[in-house]
Amino acid sequence: MQFMLLFSRQGKLRLQKWYVPLSDKEKKKITRELVQTVLARKPKMCSFLEWRDLKIVYKRYASLYFCCAIEDQDNELITLEIIHRYVELLDKYFGSVCELDIIFNFEKAYFILDEFLLGGEAQETSKKNVLKAIEQADLLQEVRPGPALAKQNVPLFVTV
Amino acid sequence: MSDVVEKTLTALPALFDSQTGAAKITNRLRQLIKSITELTSKHEEENLIKQELSAMKEQVSSPNTTMKQMREIMVRAMYCEMLGYDASFTYIHAIKLAQQGGVLEKRVGYLAVSLFLNEGHELLLLLVNTVLKDLQSTNLIEACMALTVVAQVFPKDMIPAVLPLVEDKLSHPKEIIRRKAVLALYKFYLIAPNQVQHIHAKFRKALCDKDPGVMTSSLHIYLQLIRESPDSYKDLTGSFVTILKQVVGGKLPLDFNYHSVPAPWLQIQLLRILSLLGKEDQSTSELMYEVLDESLRRAEMNHNITYAILYECVKAVYTIHPKAELLEKAARCIGNFVLSPKINLKYLGLKALTYVVQHDAKLALQHQMTIIECLDHSDFTIKRETLELLFRITNAQNVTVIIEKMLDFLRSCNDEHTIIHLVGKVAELAEKFAPDNSWFIQTMNDVFSIGGDLLQQDVPNNFLRLLAEGSESKEEDDQLRLYAVDSYLTVLKGHTSHLPQCFLQVMSWVLGEYAHLQESVDQREVIQFLTQLLDQRSVSSETRVWILSALTKISEGQTDLILDLAESLSSSQDTVLRQQAQELRHLSQDSQLHEWALPRGAPWDSIEVAGLIVFPYYDNSSTLILEGVKRVWGKDGYLPQKEATAPLVDEPSAAVQPPGQHEAAERIESRPEPSTQNQDKQQLASSLFVGLGVGSSMSLLGKSEAPPPCFRKKPRPHESPSSSSSSSGTSERSSDSSSRNTTDSFLYGSLLEEEPATAISAFDHTPKSTTANGLAQNKDTKEDRRANTSQILGGDMVIVRPSTIQDKHPPSVSSDLTALLPADLKDLPHSDVISLTSDPSLSLSSCRLFRDEALLLVIFISNCTETVIKDVSVQLTCEELKTVSLRGNVVDCLEARSTSVCHYALLMDDPHTNVSFTGTVSYQTQPGHTNTLPFSGTLSTADFIRPLVVTTEEYGKLWLSLSHDVKQNLKLLTDAGDPLRTTLNALKDALQLHVVDIIGSEGIVACRLLSGAPCLLHCRVNGTALAMWLRSPHPALPDCILYHCQRALTHH
Repeated sequence: MQFMLLFSRQGKLRLQKWYVPLSDKEKKKITRELVQTVLARKPKMCSFLEWRDLKIVYKRYASLYFCCAIEDQDNELITLEIIHRYVELLDKYFGSVCELDIIFNFEKAYFILDEFLLGGEAQETSKKNVLKAIEQADLLQEVRPGPALAKQNVPLFVTV
Repeated sequence: MSDVVEKTLTALPALFDSQTGAAKITNRLRQLIKSITELTSKHEEENLIKQELSAMKEQVSSPNTTMKQMREIMVRAMYCEMLGYDASFTYIHAIKLAQQGGVLEKRVGYLAVSLFLNEGHELLLLLVNTVLKDLQSTNLIEACMALTVVAQVFPKDMIPAVLPLVEDKLSHPKEIIRRKAVLALYKFYLIAPNQVQHIHAKFRKALCDKDPGVMTSSLHIYLQLIRESPDSYKDLTGSFVTILKQVVGGKLPLDFNYHSVPAPWLQIQLLRILSLLGKEDQSTSELMYEVLDESLRRAEMNHNITYAILYECVKAVYTIHPKAELLEKAARCIGNFVLSPKINLKYLGLKALTYVVQHDAKLALQHQMTIIECLDHSDFTIKRETLELLFRITNAQNVTVIIEKMLDFLRSCNDEHTIIHLVGKVAELAEKFAPDNSWFIQTMNDVFSIGGDLLQQDVPNNFLRLLAEGSESKEEDDQLRLYAVDSYLTVLKGHTSHLPQCFLQVMSWVLGEYAHLQESVDQREVIQFLTQLLDQRSVSSETRVWILSALTKISEGQTDLILDLAESLSSSQDTVLRQQAQELRHLSQDSQLHEWALPRGAPWDSIEVAGLIVFPYYDNSSTLILEGVKRVWGKDGYLPQKEATAPLVDEPSAAVQPPGQHEAAERIESRPEPSTQNQDKQQLASSLFVGLGVGSSMSLLGKSEAPPPCFRKKPRPHESPSSSSSSSGTSERSSDSSSRNTTDSFLYGSLLEEEPATAISAFDHTPKSTTANGLAQNKDTKEDRRANTSQILGGDMVIVRPSTIQDKHPPSVSSDLTALLPADLKDLPHSDVISLTSDPSLSLSSCRLFRDEALLLVIFISNCTETVIKDVSVQLTCEELKTVSLRGNVVDCLEARSTSVCHYALLMDDPHTNVSFTGTVSYQTQPGHTNTLPFSGTLSTADFIRPLVVTTEEYGKLWLSLSHDVKQNLKLLTDAGDPLRTTLNALKDALQLHVVDIIGSEGIVACRLLSGAPCLLHCRVNGTALAMWLRSPHPALPDCILYHCQRALTHH
């Protein structure tokens, strides 16, 4: 994977993780173009698009778009499941995660991502193990980030 | 749902206010976020962040800021950077935080570092010590953090410092540490493969790890390794198959399940590895048939994740050695994808089909109706993938329909990358399968107007070459040219201001060359069209040059028009235009000169050189313009050796679709009536999938080996065997050169008797004449060749060549050792003799001899004692080089105070800038007592480069056939005489290049790597620099040669 971006329906960037070295200028350009392209797509369209020489895989959860760039030979469907597993992890950690949780605790979202993907490759796919690692590190913290706010926000994830 | 979010977001400030009382929001990040949501304009946001950043700046430099506060600042800095503001002043503090903070601060510090800094950032060096410390920490979490950061950003040069510690972690009791260590090594492998070469055994240990997570991580490394050299890992096939069997059979702990599918990531990784291993290898493929079958069978559940595995499985089945039963199952699977109502699966189905039709075109037939539906799909992604699929199944029968679809798509597309990509494909197909002239020209018009100035330069170049080179029959060529002329005149009659520059250039060139073919059109009219273009504001100055060149060609006899034009241009700002106008005036006044300079209908071959230099460089039109070159090169006796043309490929007229059917298809597509829609699709299908039937499936594919019905395209020079069998009056020079090439191989044979014949290959692109010819001239050319070599080396037979790497060697020893060289080697140019190593008994020196077909590394073994030394044997190893022969590496008995000579003939297959060799000498001073003496040294690419003797014409052809190119500006030596000549001579001396020709401010130079790959250099004086453009079939060679050129010029 080359990079992962999280942005809102309003086009605000919520998280960015780059696995290839790029200059800040390029990063900004890519983000801007990609946010525009993805937001312009209709809901029934397919989750993949060819963009420059990359393949973009994206999925919308409530108000947030998760968007990954992979290479042509990579598997689009498994990338979609990587996104899904990440959302599952966030959901479990924050307890019915919503966009505000990620806005206010974005560093936690990064910690979880780093435990799940390392250098652009899936590192640990077991939900239990990822959360265990995060919790161990969190134990040292004074307070666990309680639900950011009263949960008036829409959960990203409508779990069954 | 999202409306709710928006409402929540707008309600956010109120929400905060209600909570401030409860002291919930203590930290400043929340305040910052809150304030930002309250703002309404970007401008306000900028101001706020500016304030925030300056407050942070103050805080970080204050000595009273605690680590805890620093951590909080760092989070805010990350937030500001995410919003797109520069907080680079905090970078150094992020490193400090990772260094000095407690575990919590460290965690944030490391995170900030990995977000802020790229691999190459210099500040990262400051992190190395912290990482080293944390890697050795007994605190698990600290070690984890250090490994995580190492696997994301780490300076390449510092890898050796942490490598031993990371390696140690592979045997750590905790699997999380082992896993991260493996991924860190993977990262190292990606950025610096040489650094981890020695720990391949450890990778195997990781592969055998008892924890499935660690094992899975190690597969990332193996996938990479196997992709690079599948043959080295065939022995692991069995293990990978066993692992996959266990996974598929549900033997892993349930933790690894994902939506009740066992370890899908692991399965996919293994399937990829297996397909690489089984590719084109029947016996390896046989090992995996069973498990692939099992995987196809097991993955039945209707969930994305099973489809992900199935997709990978299908690809594997079609990649490895085929097995009918599996192929059938895989084909059914593809059906499930293609027919799925889920759009994502449909997309993957199309992608799988695109991959698979290369092997089996019938599959496309099976799904033709779906493909047609996808062609009209509202989703851009689906449409584009469908066109990609159609591209693969294009043949002479369906080309018109498919290209029409592609052009339709292109007209509605506004994505640059897609346009460039697809337009290139249209041009490729049109050239390959065009049914007739008018269609071809019309399609190319579309290509030029749609692709416009985004087009890759080779599209117009190829098109013009095709027109100009023509085929066997002049009549047909002229017909095509005539079509082009007519078509362009029609285009120019219309509105021209929107036409892309590239199209205008193509048109002007064609009109200039061929307008005279159209007798029914008054040349004055053509001149008027072109002159009108010149007046247009939107026309670039580069295009003006093209237009003027065209005008110059057709100006004959139209003095009045031309003089007006020349007059109006003579005051132009552009000096090139002014010069051209001047030339134009002279030529139009002197018809004799005009006839001499621009002979009408001259054979294309004579201006081929012009093509070479002008097309790629026409953007720097200040030096060479078409007719200028033609003057020099066309008439100056530049061997207008007509290339023998290969037998003309049949006109595909038989394959052309019956016109009625084609028209019908067209009519239907343009106006689909709802009632007959289904019928329309059927008809479209019949025109799209024609020619993919059972009998003809393979040979009609564009990608197959069988030659497609070729549209008047001549084979490229290097493809045609014995292309130098010349026609009318071959000039002596060219026959000379071709015989020289053949005799080369005879010379090799006689000079290097111990050398296997296979090691000699004159590079493929040189035309070869018959061997009989070569034999007869063998003796003569031998001398000829010597002279040639010496001329290249500077006039002296034995030259001590200035070596680029000599300065690294120990000081040279007495060169009288060269007197000991065997007689057949004495006359070869050689380097200084340098001392390699010595001990009290032996001393070793070496020198390099530059033979035409190999580098000889000569090693002198001198006995320094007064006694006899027995059983001397030399072992030389170097991974990057190939030893083609050796002599004298074992000496039974070396007399006192005597010297023995051993030599290795070496070749370099892949260019490396410098390679080092190592070796040992073993010997016995007393019986039964063996001593060994190690030695090592360095060789440079320059040692393996030889001049490539080609004519300008051959150079031109070769240039166009090469793909990898590199451009760079080099230093121009201006100290003496003609700078270009001086510089080229300096390069020639340092690198054994062959200067093919120098024309004005441009020079062309050629050389080859010993094992074959040629490299062509095109040099042009550009102010005070030398613009060098290198091309070679080998991707790495230009870089290597460039490196040595740079060195040679700096040291000069």
